[in-house]
Amino acid sequence: MNEQPIISVRNVNFYYDSFHALKDISLDFAPNSVTALIGPSGCGKSTLLRLLNRMNDLIDKIRLEGEIIFEGKNIYDPGVDPVEVRKRIGMVFQKPNPFPKTIYKNISYAPKLSGVNNSDELDAVVEQSLRQAVLWDEVKDILNRSAMTLSGGQQQRLCIARALAMKPDIILMDEPTSALDPISTAKIEELIDELKKDYTIIIVTHNMQQAARVSDKTGFFYLGSLIEYDVTKKIFTMPQVKQTEDYITGRFG
Amino acid sequence: MISANKHGFTLSKWRYLKQDIFLVSVWFSALLLAGIVIAIFGYIIINGIGAINWEFLTTPPREMMTKGGIMPAIVGTFYLTCGALLVALPLGVAAAIYLAEYAKDGSVVRFIRIMINCLAGVPSVVFGLFGLGFFVIFLGFGSSILAGSLTLGCIILPTIISASEEAIKSVPQTFREASLALGISKWQTIQKIVLPVALSGIMTGSVLSVGRAAGETAPIMFTAATFFTTQLPESIFDEVMALPYHIYVLATAGTYIEETRPLQYGAVLVLISLIFMINIGAILLRIYSRKNKRW
Ligand SMILES: Nc1ncnc2c1ncn2[C@@H]1O[C@H](COP(=O)(O)OP(=O)(O)OP(=O)(O)O)[C@@H](O)[C@H]1O
Ligand SMILES: [Mg+2]
Repeated sequence: MNEQPIISVRNVNFYYDSFHALKDISLDFAPNSVTALIGPSGCGKSTLLRLLNRMNDLIDKIRLEGEIIFEGKNIYDPGVDPVEVRKRIGMVFQKPNPFPKTIYKNISYAPKLSGVNNSDELDAVVEQSLRQAVLWDEVKDILNRSAMTLSGGQQQRLCIARALAMKPDIILMDEPTSALDPISTAKIEELIDELKKDYTIIIVTHNMQQAARVSDKTGFFYLGSLIEYDVTKKIFTMPQVKQTEDYITGRFG
Repeated sequence: MISANKHGFTLSKWRYLKQDIFLVSVWFSALLLAGIVIAIFGYIIINGIGAINWEFLTTPPREMMTKGGIMPAIVGTFYLTCGALLVALPLGVAAAIYLAEYAKDGSVVRFIRIMINCLAGVPSVVFGLFGLGFFVIFLGFGSSILAGSLTLGCIILPTIISASEEAIKSVPQTFREASLALGISKWQTIQKIVLPVALSGIMTGSVLSVGRAAGETAPIMFTAATFFTTQLPESIFDEVMALPYHIYVLATAGTYIEETRPLQYGAVLVLISLIFMINIGAILLRIYSRKNKRW
């Protein structure tokens, strides 16, 4: 685990207007691994996640100090185009949010706008992405049906497939299973395990078992600070900080 | 226990009574409204239906407009309203995109919004005079379809802006986020996701505004409408007859006002049916788009 990190957060302080949401955060994410971010509601997990692909740019009156280094470059350097960053660092949201288009068009949407025009090539991207997201067998005969007709779990896997279609390096997932039933959740967890071979995954979750099951490393956040960051097994068996222990054992309050 | 129950019973009875009174009065107002509409329609239909026939709809007026039909006026109104939409839709949607997606709340934007609201409140005859001064004379378009369409376009612009802004803002933020997170630019997201989703709302508002444009008289009086012609327009620089103006002329300015009453009512019936159909179209569009919304 002392590989070169794929993305590192360095001394990041982040403010919503005057609210100090992240306090001096530094952590590295290893490539081809799953990192879980855990912590009580409002501790800044989503904020950090959305900083990693510059989704927070959409919000007014924000301020960032520190650096986020991706491929040796600070993604917040003035010359960096956030659109290019997001092509490399995809995101899956808490609530499945497919476009009101067909299943096929949901997947082909981004590659097409990014210059893939050949229809054979698009077909291939769609099939490959759906296979990777383990959705292909369920939808291969209904590719032209509206994505809105799929179940919640299928929609979420579709959203994962949609992100995969851009062949990103990193996939950020913000509580991707919190709106799903246990079976769909299990499917997505398997999927995450599978995707780890080709992608780096950073996942926010409120589900301790999920963090323990899917992740290699876990970071525990509290009130905007990174309290403890270590190998998942260690965090869940012998946490070094009392707050972490209280949280994972459910004694928090 | 029993007395408490009794007390509760009388209380709720009073509440029911109040509710009933309220319901009856609401129901009565609705009925009154429907009654007024039906009365107007009925009056026009009874007086106008006799004038309606194939010849009335398909031939130009004859014999000092005491005989013949209103075809040039129908065609003229069609051109003018389509022209108005052609002018106002792109402009209005562009303005709405700016206001809904790009504008940050500042004094400039607030000023623009106030101006749009003012525009919506300006009486239509003022637009007519503006059109005369600016499009007809200053820009030299003359009294023409072009000048009339531009003037009508100005009138429906605020409605189209508000309807479009409303429609764009009602597109769920999650769609925008999903697209942006894929590395798609903001402008492409607006084009490919936001506008298609907002389209039905934009169209509904625009169609309703067209209904209004079709019935306006004052704005086209000085800018496009002609008293009488048997010719159909050949270019956008031609004058046209228009239904509302034709009705106005027949009812006030002819030499045979009394004799042409049936024709007047006939023309009114045609105009009001047109507007009615346009509004029905807008309503159908709205129902259709509601049914297809699932988020
Ligand atoms: N757009 C915003 N404007 C102002 N404050 C915000 C905004 N978004 C989040 N915050 C605040 O920042 C803090 C961290 O929010 P964040 O969404 O990152 O928490 P979280 O750890 O993801 O919580 P949850 O587990 O409930 O999703 C919270 O106190 C929240 O109120
Ligand atoms: Mg969150």
